Amino acid sequence: MTSTDLLSILPITVLVAWACVLLLVDVFTKKNKWLTPLLAAVGLCAALGISIAQSGNIYAGFKGMVVVDGFTAYLNILFAASGLAGIALAFDYNKRMGLDRGEYYVLLLFSISGMMLMAAATDLIVVFLALELLSIPLYVLAGFARPNPDSEEAALKYFLLGAFAGGFVVYGVALAFGATGSTSLGAILAAVNTGSADLTLLVIGAGLIIVGFGFKVAVVPFQMWTPDVYHGAPSAVTAFMAVGAKAAGFAALLRVFVAALPTLYQEIVPIMWVLAALTMIVGNIVAIAQSNIKRLLAYSSIAHAGYIFMSLVTFGQAEVAPDGVAAALFYLLAYAVTNFGAWGVVIALEKAEGKGLELDDYAGLGRKYPALAAAMAVFMLSFTGVPPTLGFVGKFFLFRTVLEAGFVGLALIGVLTSLISAYYYLRVLVVMYMRDGQPDVSRPVLLRLTTGLTAVGTVVLSIVSVPLFRWASQAVLRLF
Amino acid sequence: MLPVSYYVGLSAVLFAIGALGVLIRRNAIIIFMSIELMLNAANLAFVAFARVHEALSGQIFVFFVITVAAAEVAVGLALIVAIFRNKQSIDVDQMSSLKG
Repeated sequence: MTSTDLLSILPITVLVAWACVLLLVDVFTKKNKWLTPLLAAVGLCAALGISIAQSGNIYAGFKGMVVVDGFTAYLNILFAASGLAGIALAFDYNKRMGLDRGEYYVLLLFSISGMMLMAAATDLIVVFLALELLSIPLYVLAGFARPNPDSEEAALKYFLLGAFAGGFVVYGVALAFGATGSTSLGAILAAVNTGSADLTLLVIGAGLIIVGFGFKVAVVPFQMWTPDVYHGAPSAVTAFMAVGAKAAGFAALLRVFVAALPTLYQEIVPIMWVLAALTMIVGNIVAIAQSNIKRLLAYSSIAHAGYIFMSLVTFGQAEVAPDGVAAALFYLLAYAVTNFGAWGVVIALEKAEGKGLELDDYAGLGRKYPALAAAMAVFMLSFTGVPPTLGFVGKFFLFRTVLEAGFVGLALIGVLTSLISAYYYLRVLVVMYMRDGQPDVSRPVLLRLTTGLTAVGTVVLSIVSVPLFRWASQAVLRLF
Repeated sequence: MLPVSYYVGLSAVLFAIGALGVLIRRNAIIIFMSIELMLNAANLAFVAFARVHEALSGQIFVFFVITVAAAEVAVGLALIVAIFRNKQSIDVDQMSSLKG
């Protein structure tokens, strides 16, 4: 093992080692319940600092099985920041809901280390390992409100579907290995280019990998678990899962298809086109019928998976693909900021035993808590894609690259479904501002801070979006 | 000696049986066993392809998959036991308190 090997997994190592230390710390601090989350946040800050320091450099480790490049560094920063937001949302929520156990933060750290490994993986077997490392802690977190039956049901559904998806991924990897004799992304590309690969087998393998990750990122028709799991899991977990698992899934899809399979573009792109279109249509239309805010956000998350999936149709076009990946990375950032804010508001209104989650509970929020309602309004507008919000800029970059790649129909579906989505997002605003009610809100400091920062970020970052997008574009340069 | 394609064919059949089992069976434990069958189908394919390419890496991957499967069993069975304590049943059709 060389020093480059160590550098290439440094943020992951730090998180895993720190999580193990925290397991011990938690045993000895039964009185000071604030210590474990605080230390977990410190560990995440360390990983964040390392990732920032690493951006701009390239470290390929373990004979090319993992690599830290701009793409990895960008996503690592996103994952570490998501973890911090996840802790901030969970801290008071867990106390209020009686989930105040230190393992929560340890599992969160383990899951984030899996996501970071996913962003760094350049070998299909590492992709599979990372997928399980991020998923298994999330299964436990989804059931963290045990013995609450909803939470247990969510955990079991997530577990069974997640393991099912893992089966598809690993069989796809086996077929790709059979077709090319290697699981390294670079070697697969080389085998395809020299003509020594069995293309039929490779296309089937790639299809199975799409199915597996389709489950993970909740693409129609593999989305049926999403509403139930998002609804039943503790809200703080859902907020984290919606961002982290989705970003990691897309990281793997982007890296695998861009780096290893661009030569199979003609065979694979129709599948991606159909999946993206279906996801946008079904996610947005079914969301209209929802009256529970958690389910509404779940369908919204499916719809946004469709928008991000749209960027994948560019993967084999050498001129457009870098823009496509950059647009996906930017959209993930926009989605992360907006999503954490929106879930922060949901958590502020949620009561024990699943009360306070209906849309009707938001009536009168605009009059009684104007700041909170204004923040929620910003998030809903950002989800819809109304300027000046991050959601608008993200969609703008995304639709632009899809048009550049020549998929006018797909871009059109994206715009039309965005219009449909305005109906249910704006309904939240109507309920908050136009109807009278007595909403009951708990607003501890950390939660205020998170919703406030994300609301300001959603607006301000959209104004300085050009340098941000340039950062994302530079992050992907080395992929090609 | 049997040609390698037989092994690959068998692994595809096992994978299909596993996937069908997940979709058709309603007992959480049996669904879980079907998932294990899918993973083991992949293991068989890995070993068979490792033979074709004369690459040892394929056999090493099997160990990774087995390890991951064991980790999944630990979490999965714990979840199933927790649910059984609550509901006295692990039929997935009875898990429908979340709807909308």
